[in-house]
Amino acid sequence: MNQEFTMVEINYWAIAPLLVVVAGALIGVLVEAFVARASRHNVQLGVGLVTYLAALVVLLAKSRTEHGLTMGGSVVIDGPSVFLMAVILCFALLSLLVMAERFGGPAADAFTPMGAATPGSDLERSAESAGWGTTEAVPLMMISVVGMMLFVSSGDLLTMFVALEVLSLPLYVLTGLARRRRLLSQEAALKYFLLGSFSSAFFLFGAALLYGYAGSVDIARIALAIGAASPVLDGLLLPGVALVLIGLLFKVGAVPFHAWTPDAYQGAPTPVTGFMAAATKIAAFGAILRLAYVGLSGNRWDWEPALIAIAALTMVIGAVMTVTQTDVKRLLAYSSIAHAGFILVAVMSFDVTGVSGAMFYLVCYGFTTIAAFALVTLVRHEGSEATDLSQWAGLGRRSPVVAGAFAICLLAFAGIPLTSGFTAKFAAFAPAISHGGAAGAWLVVIGVLASAVTAYVYFRIIVTMFFEEGAGDVVAITPSTLTTIAIAIGLVLTILLGVLPGPVLEAATQSAQFLR
Amino acid sequence: MTPVYTLAAAQVVTEVQPTVDASGAASWAWLLVALPLLGAAIILLGGRSANRWGPTLANVMSWGAFGLGAAILIEMLGRAGDERAQSLHLWQWFTGGSFEVNAGMLVDQLSISFVMLVTFVGSLIHVYSLGYMEHDPDKGRFFGYLNLFIAAMLTLVLADSYVLLFLGWEGVGLASYLLIGFWYQRSDYASAANKAFIVNRVGDMALAIGIAMMFVTFGSADYSTVHGGAAGAPEWALTAIGLLLLGAACGKSAQFPLQSWLGDAMAGPTPVSALIHAATMVTAGVYLIVRSNAIFDLAPTARLVVTIVGAITLLLGAFIGMAKDDIKKALAASTMSQIGYMMLAAGLGPVGYVFAIFHLLTHGFFKAGMFLGAGSVMHAMNDQVNMRRFGRLSGVLKHTWWTFGLGWLAIIGFPGLSGWWSKDKIIEAAFVGEGWQPWVFGLVTMLGAGLTAFYMSRLFFMTFHGSGKRWTEDVHPHESPLVMTVPMMILAVGSLALGAILTAVKFPEWLAPVTNGGHLEHHEPVLAIPAIQILTFVLMAAGVFVAWRLYWKADVPVVAPEGSALTQAARTDFYQDDVNEAVFVGPLMTTATGLVEADDQIVDGGARNLGDGVAGLSRVLRRAQTGFVRSYALTMLAGVVAVLGALWVMN
Repeated sequence: MNQEFTMVEINYWAIAPLLVVVAGALIGVLVEAFVARASRHNVQLGVGLVTYLAALVVLLAKSRTEHGLTMGGSVVIDGPSVFLMAVILCFALLSLLVMAERFGGPAADAFTPMGAATPGSDLERSAESAGWGTTEAVPLMMISVVGMMLFVSSGDLLTMFVALEVLSLPLYVLTGLARRRRLLSQEAALKYFLLGSFSSAFFLFGAALLYGYAGSVDIARIALAIGAASPVLDGLLLPGVALVLIGLLFKVGAVPFHAWTPDAYQGAPTPVTGFMAAATKIAAFGAILRLAYVGLSGNRWDWEPALIAIAALTMVIGAVMTVTQTDVKRLLAYSSIAHAGFILVAVMSFDVTGVSGAMFYLVCYGFTTIAAFALVTLVRHEGSEATDLSQWAGLGRRSPVVAGAFAICLLAFAGIPLTSGFTAKFAAFAPAISHGGAAGAWLVVIGVLASAVTAYVYFRIIVTMFFEEGAGDVVAITPSTLTTIAIAIGLVLTILLGVLPGPVLEAATQSAQFLR
Repeated sequence: MTPVYTLAAAQVVTEVQPTVDASGAASWAWLLVALPLLGAAIILLGGRSANRWGPTLANVMSWGAFGLGAAILIEMLGRAGDERAQSLHLWQWFTGGSFEVNAGMLVDQLSISFVMLVTFVGSLIHVYSLGYMEHDPDKGRFFGYLNLFIAAMLTLVLADSYVLLFLGWEGVGLASYLLIGFWYQRSDYASAANKAFIVNRVGDMALAIGIAMMFVTFGSADYSTVHGGAAGAPEWALTAIGLLLLGAACGKSAQFPLQSWLGDAMAGPTPVSALIHAATMVTAGVYLIVRSNAIFDLAPTARLVVTIVGAITLLLGAFIGMAKDDIKKALAASTMSQIGYMMLAAGLGPVGYVFAIFHLLTHGFFKAGMFLGAGSVMHAMNDQVNMRRFGRLSGVLKHTWWTFGLGWLAIIGFPGLSGWWSKDKIIEAAFVGEGWQPWVFGLVTMLGAGLTAFYMSRLFFMTFHGSGKRWTEDVHPHESPLVMTVPMMILAVGSLALGAILTAVKFPEWLAPVTNGGHLEHHEPVLAIPAIQILTFVLMAAGVFVAWRLYWKADVPVVAPEGSALTQAARTDFYQDDVNEAVFVGPLMTTATGLVEADDQIVDGGARNLGDGVAGLSRVLRRAQTGFVRSYALTMLAGVVAVLGALWVMN
């Protein structure tokens, strides 16, 4: 083929936030190489905070108004992508504050002193006694954030795949960096990596099938091709759609592609778990929304039943599995699965209010989740995290503030009024009732029942914390200002979004229109 | 002898007095509530240190409210007749859909009369309490509650809607509860407080339903809309609202059949009994009926029920008063009986409204005075209340004796004193009408006058006179300090002269615009007025004479004789507690026990089984989470195959 090469138009202001975070990540790598070990932690923290804040400022000041396709249609800057990028940056900022916590003394930090050292080896011990820390977590996280931001704004399947890998690979590494229970952490990282690769393969295979069907990986072109309906290659469409969606559903932890979630959540350093739960979910749902509403809505009647079944299954299994969990982090993992199901209910309404409902839900869930996992890092038994639920008995008497804050998070997860959980569930379920037809109504019924089951679990934890006698050696340690700020912001927003959801809901509604 | 007034609704012209926007002193009417409320807040939040400065602050706030009330009254007296009723809009309270509730005040002749009664008697009792509660370790709290009561009572009478009235209504209930149980360390006092509270709930429920019915019928619950629209509402609705309001009044004013709590309420400190359970709060029911005159004018059935309830309570209270040996409980029974008079008068309609309020005001003075006297006696007698252990106290407690004596003469209706002016008017009004009603109600009120004379004389003679001192050995009676006796003297002046003064200034005519559409018509009783007056006087004299024979001339046994069946019944409040127990509490408890059982077995059982089911399912599903990455991958693959297979089959 003799096609002349034309350079693509790039609107640099539109992609400036992405570039800022890329630059920050690269600077972070250089810091890792050139700055003395002693001051690395603070420098990395500064670089990270400045990067996220700068990206947020650029995004809100300039890119917000630069709606359009750029980089040859690979990147789409529109309402949802700007809204979701801004939220991802906020979550990254909060997570960074939690990750930067260094307790010092016997209370361990979240990260291993040396990720490359064999667990229990002399090398690890000497690194620990030298006081080293895994400061590379900060640039790793920034790279992941780049992937997430690109994920929600990618205009074609290949960019989406690249973004998927960019966001996933650093997360695999981060998962394996927990300080305590190193083997469990490394095992979790490996599982996450293997299953993630497995799902990436499905996504890629699906993308290839869709390319075969439409002759393009461009989401808009695929939509056009579905509208034109060529009967010859029809056989490629449905498997392609299914496989691409499965790849994405893996990332949100939808049943039956959820098996990695509890293991990875449990093994990862707790601040990373909070970040994964909040930010990965929002990125993956951003991609799902774009694909489902822009690219594949033309034949949604064909694949919708499968997604409805998956949504129902996700809510039920996620909720039921929380009942028998004995580990806080695993419990929150299953809870996140159930929440993914609730958000899918909003997605399945196929209405613009469904987009805003899902986005609002993701905002509410993310802030509460980051605060909840940050609170988990504070509960300690002889210096290391006490994640077994039996150890939390009586915590409300010994550390009423931490237990009370965690109780607020649980009430929000349960969807109790005056917390963000209630307004979020309302925002997610209302469009399903009004636009989702009979299937939407049934999904809402299942969702409410599943909520009731999870509410039982959350209340049981509250009862355990406040009304049961426990061993006195599990206490909540006092965090530094940074973590306190992160927790406070998360809790305040949890209450605020429950009492005054108006402004954020309004912003989500105004940002809900995809650019086609 | 031709009755002019008939009970037929069609002939009653209902006019709601128009209001003007509040100006001058009345625009500060909100301070009447705000001052004592602020005092209560400061004192109750002040903790222990409030014991030092709280009593003074409470007095300042209460007298402040009185001063402002007096200023409003004086200004109102100077206004033209059609500008006396003033409304003061405060703020929009809440809205819900199509209806809104505004918080506002109505300052008119009726409410300002109550303001004066509440703040003046209330302030006197504040002063008296300085002496009475001097040694109480918790007096700060006491004065905080007193101020809270004043604030709530003023809210009740100044409200311009039934909703705001309800707020005050509940507020006085709360203050009453807190004050009855003020010495909550004694469990019988605490349960007396609970009893008062629970019995009042019944009435409050009726009021709440009544207000809801107003919203349904009129779309609003402010006085102007409800009273203005009453003429256009169906009679059955007005009757229902009227009966619900009566139910509320029965609870608050201890009328039959909700009277059982008042006797127990005497557990509170005596100044509280004087203020709340004699002079002010218990009369709120009468206020409610009179304030709602526009409704009752058009609902003759409801009004007749009001009259009957009043008549029953009037006799019931009198009989109970004859049998009680506890000085405070005898006074409480008398209060019940006197409020029965007021209710009866209010139920008579336009002929009775103003006299109900008239009697309410005079009663507020002489009954408060007598309660304070009783408190003074208790103060002297080591807190004893058994009148069989008193006797011949007149010599020792000089001031208490003469102030109490004036109250006694006032309540029995001795010509010229306060009670005579107001009670005789009620008796005359009761004789107005046609058919059986004037004869029944008239004779009941007349009989009541005789009974009142007997039981009050019995109380007075047993306490202050008699053939001998029946004191227990350890008492050394002494007169109370001036801080207590001066309020009693002021109230005694009221007992003496208030009736005459109010008659002289034409109080009934002044009040008439609120209750009677502006004009007070004179109606001819079925019996000539001089005949009524003479008969009443004869009955009163007979009552006093019998009491004199039995309780002054004869020896009063220290231990109460067994007495007749009637006496025994009256001593136990006519078995009211047993009736309540059998009719309400028992069946309710049985139902509750049954429901608890059903809840345990059916609801909880179902929930438990459901919970077990979910947990079991969870345990089964959990086995799939093996921890082996190969099985996870297999699950995923199975899922992919299932999705693809399903889509393939469906399409």
